[in-house]
Amino acid sequence: MNTSSYSQAPVQDRGGPAQPLLIVRNLKKHFAVRGQALEKTRKYVHAVDGVSFSVPKGKTLGIVGESGCGKSTTARLIARLMPADSGSMVFDGEGVDEFGGIRLKEFRRNLQMVFQDSFASLNPRLTIAETIAYGPCVHGMPKAAAMQQAHALLARVGLEPAQFASRYPHELSGGQRQRVNIARALAFDPRLVILDEAVAALDKSVQAQVLNLLQELKAERQLTYLFISHDLHVVHYISDYVMVMYLGQVVETGPVERIYGQAAHPYTRALLSAVPSMDPERRTQASPLAGDPPNPINPPGGCRFRDRCPHADPVCASHAPILLGLPGEPAHQAACHLNDPASGHPAALSEVQS
Amino acid sequence: MTTPLVSLQDLSVQFCGNRKASALNEVNIELAAGEVLGLLGESGSGKSVTLRTLLRLHPERTTKIRGRMLVDGQDVLALKGRALELYRGGTVSMVFQEPGLAFDPVYTVGQQITEAIRAHESVTEQAARARALLMLERVQIPQAKRRFDAYPHELSGGMRQRAMIALALACQPKLLLADEPTTALDATVQIQILLLLRELQRETGMSVIFVTHDIGAAVEVADRIAVMYAGRIVEQGPVGQLVRAPRHPYTAGLLAATVGTENRGQPLMAVPGSPPDLAALPPGCSFAPRCKHADEACRSRVPPLLSSAGQAVACWHPLMPLAEAA
Repeated sequence: MNTSSYSQAPVQDRGGPAQPLLIVRNLKKHFAVRGQALEKTRKYVHAVDGVSFSVPKGKTLGIVGESGCGKSTTARLIARLMPADSGSMVFDGEGVDEFGGIRLKEFRRNLQMVFQDSFASLNPRLTIAETIAYGPCVHGMPKAAAMQQAHALLARVGLEPAQFASRYPHELSGGQRQRVNIARALAFDPRLVILDEAVAALDKSVQAQVLNLLQELKAERQLTYLFISHDLHVVHYISDYVMVMYLGQVVETGPVERIYGQAAHPYTRALLSAVPSMDPERRTQASPLAGDPPNPINPPGGCRFRDRCPHADPVCASHAPILLGLPGEPAHQAACHLNDPASGHPAALSEVQS
Repeated sequence: MTTPLVSLQDLSVQFCGNRKASALNEVNIELAAGEVLGLLGESGSGKSVTLRTLLRLHPERTTKIRGRMLVDGQDVLALKGRALELYRGGTVSMVFQEPGLAFDPVYTVGQQITEAIRAHESVTEQAARARALLMLERVQIPQAKRRFDAYPHELSGGMRQRAMIALALACQPKLLLADEPTTALDATVQIQILLLLRELQRETGMSVIFVTHDIGAAVEVADRIAVMYAGRIVEQGPVGQLVRAPRHPYTAGLLAATVGTENRGQPLMAVPGSPPDLAALPPGCSFAPRCKHADEACRSRVPPLLSSAGQAVACWHPLMPLAEAA
């Protein structure tokens, strides 16, 4: 590949500050379940079932939910690590991989991902500097320039290049490896970074270091984060907006202080009260939810949370609630009949007033 | 003063296989009957090693154990053969982090609990089955009769952990060791398991050693917390005191690094550096390289664990002096 074909033109702002960096519309992914040969109907895991959201520029959207709710699948669909069944994406005003829109290769340069397992996501046969330089080289950057950039990035994430550049992944601790993954993600100067449980596997004291690093990098490079985690404390700390998912659907979304202060969906409230208290005098006395998250294979119609919901009503079984803005705060949306006076749920109005 | 149920005296464990590592260094723990101790620490701090040593699960050929271990009046290190078998599961029992791996996949959950009961007591198959079923009901597994004949893979994560607890408690142990029992579970399920453990502990009056890296989980169940770092206990005290007024800089650092509601928008007070390599511990306090209060004394001599009035701290410069023994 000749070097002149490589143009690492800085990725530019196209749509202006008001244009959300990423808009996702009605994303869907169903996985077929391997069943018996003679089974009449195929079963499907509804991993992501009609998810729509947008991420404003320079902000962090936190996605929370229990395992199996489709958080990671959503991330993979956005990064196009797997094809979506349906749905569309708009990146800074341009349709992704659409006629007249942004090409997939360029989209991927604008978007990078950091995964949970810091060890599995690094090539064990490359030194960490080579790992960081690998991507830019593939896109046509000269080797020497890529290595130089890798050293600079290592220094930026707090790993002294002279000491670390020639090490292999197994010679690093978990926190250091995750720093390498972050450095690799930054090698393309991306605008959107997807962090899929990026700090979940780290020890508490190291986790705080990495969170600080992420915050610094975000301010320094005007990054936008999509932060996926099951740890509600961490999401509260780092996010500007929060999206709560349950069984492949968004149940509530809004600014972080609204979600953590005035959660409107019963599931969000249950999730928040399931966090262990830090005060031995005020221990949790009753569990907010019984049972495990249900199986996402062929989920029931109506509201998917109704089996575990304390406010379930026949109307929840017959009609699926849609994501509606709350009165007075249109950015805060919840998919629950309780918040919709027109839904026919007997407790709906009183709940809104209280 | 009654004799404690568990008493570890200067317990040191060294692994000497291909790589050497001193996993535990002169650990002293005492636990009264009916008490719940939370063992808190990061990965590699020796929490799980302590539990495994208590059950003597380490391969003997490559493990050097020094010190004394007394549980319910028995010298654990001297146990052999049948006595050791009865001790494991009979006196002390363990709940593992990954219930999917701890169960045998080719037997049903009911069969495995029944087998455990019959291995310890001479009861008929029928009586053992009845008791196993009772245990499953006790840990609040819905439709226990049906789940009795289920294979482990047919149960969800939370249900498997409940079954694991039923198995551990089937022979009425005096001490339950819980090795991060809720780490692999979702938040809504985790709180259910924590509440269940607390309830069972209150009913049976057993002692529990609860290992976790999550301060929140420890606060929910434990009476007392011991903080471990690099194979040593660095601080010990009643839950409330330890959380509100930590004495060791490491405990304080852990608490400050725990993300809470208050610190949104500000940088976290992170502890710099990473935990030390157990194969090459520094000569003095193992936390000294990461500690901002460290001086020459810290780097040259290991601070002893000094205790007074139920609290103990191993630090040359504690953030708050121990209360004078009244």
